[in-house]
Amino acid sequence: MLLHQLRFEQRVFWRSREAAVFVFIFPLLLYALLAAVYGGEIDGLPAADVLLSGLFGYGAANTALAGLAIILVGRREAGTLKRLRATPLPPAVYLAAVLLSTLVTFTLQAVGLLILGGLAFDARMPANWLGFVGAIVLGVACFAGLGLAAAALIRSAEGVSAAVNLIVLPMAFLSGSFGAHRDFGPVVQAIADVLPLTYFLDIVDGVYLDGSSLFSDPKALAVVLAWGAAGLAVALRWFGWMPRER
Amino acid sequence: MPSAIVVRELSKSYGSVEALRGISFDVAQGEVFGLLGPNGAGKTTTVEILEGYRDRDGGEASVLGYDPGSGSRELRERIGVVLQQSELSPNLTVRETHQMFGGYFANPRDVDEVVELVGLGEKRDARVKTLSGGQKRRLDLGVALVGNPALVFLDEPTTGFDPAARRAAWEMIRALRSLGTTILLTTHYLDEAQQLADRVAVLRGGEIVRQGTPSELIGDSRVTEIRYRRDGELVVVESSDPVRDLNELTSQALAEGTELGQLEVRRATLEDVYLELVDEEEAGVE
Repeated sequence: MLLHQLRFEQRVFWRSREAAVFVFIFPLLLYALLAAVYGGEIDGLPAADVLLSGLFGYGAANTALAGLAIILVGRREAGTLKRLRATPLPPAVYLAAVLLSTLVTFTLQAVGLLILGGLAFDARMPANWLGFVGAIVLGVACFAGLGLAAAALIRSAEGVSAAVNLIVLPMAFLSGSFGAHRDFGPVVQAIADVLPLTYFLDIVDGVYLDGSSLFSDPKALAVVLAWGAAGLAVALRWFGWMPRER
Repeated sequence: MPSAIVVRELSKSYGSVEALRGISFDVAQGEVFGLLGPNGAGKTTTVEILEGYRDRDGGEASVLGYDPGSGSRELRERIGVVLQQSELSPNLTVRETHQMFGGYFANPRDVDEVVELVGLGEKRDARVKTLSGGQKRRLDLGVALVGNPALVFLDEPTTGFDPAARRAAWEMIRALRSLGTTILLTTHYLDEAQQLADRVAVLRGGEIVRQGTPSELIGDSRVTEIRYRRDGELVVVESSDPVRDLNELTSQALAEGTELGQLEVRRATLEDVYLELVDEEEAGVE
């Protein structure tokens, strides 16, 4: 039943032009633009490599946080989730299928980044392949947790797209997804220092650029997992299946 | 044969608003039971408790032998629901949507058979977003049937339909009944209840004010209407003893040599009974 639902989740995703363009194409497009604009080096490394790592992080947040929240809020407010609740499909199986579908989508996106980077910008391949695969799963786990929290707290199907972008885009800037850290003021720096994407990018830089292990920075790993767990806790407390009363 | 649905003294409040004040009814297996009432009478609350969406505050409810509040998966295997407002994935086709839902059930019906049954055969490969409102409603019905349910909940299944689409939906519901499916139907269309339901409960303000077969309810009514025109003016007499009243009226007319233009004697329809019941509330009379 899980595979049955996963198949339909993927079919629904790829047939929805908005989702496919916004969630899947957008990070690839941004990578192509940024890599074309910033030739040369960032912090002594090829810009195409640093940006690929950064856009991988942005892609994880965009796909798993923004994309997941948009899907779930839309379905809840349209009564789709309510309708599913009356079927024998267990809620846990449904959510697992939606999360796995997100993982499939982000994996394809990561592969897309590597192909695009390798062919167009001569970007390197991951220094630690296994760690890179682990980073895909870690990123989806963390940001899907936050995506579930966002879906629980955002009650408006019209506003969800704007709201999640208001979270994901500034986070991506502050965390250095779109290029190296500039000198932030102390307040902004303090914000950047608690964002999950900052730490996730440290881990991605490690496995993709340096070839270090996924577990080489325990603090970063702990922060990323803690954010994911906090999101999950919020979702477990507040996520509902029924649309707002009309 | 045990009842498909048993409801005893069911009550539910939303804050200080009492939506249901202890209602009781039974639905026999294979029966079409209509819950009739104006908006806010408690129809949807009743159905959503029986579907397992809402918890009851008091009373007993049993659906196919299960407590609907227990969230039992075995119960969900055997019911189909059509909600008032719910959307299905716009980018799947009619056939795919049926396949998706069919996959949730242990013993689903044949997908193509259901698509034909609800009259969407020609639209089987059309995306859901391209369907008209009436076609989407038929899709809702098809999706409710694909799990081969013993009991189907239809919450205002034809609201917003044009007359032709409504008649088509009625045909479908009759076909469903002939397959032996038990149906609990809510509606605020009286003709719909009269056409489809074996038995009807009229809900008003969270209470059942009348219950029975449509003809029993009509038979309950005190009202027979005698209408005629005298000197061009319409006269309407509500009679509880129409034989005597008609006799007097016609004898008098014959004796006086006057005409009773457009004389008409009308038994109450369910609509009259219903309006009578609802009007009692507005007049503040219990």
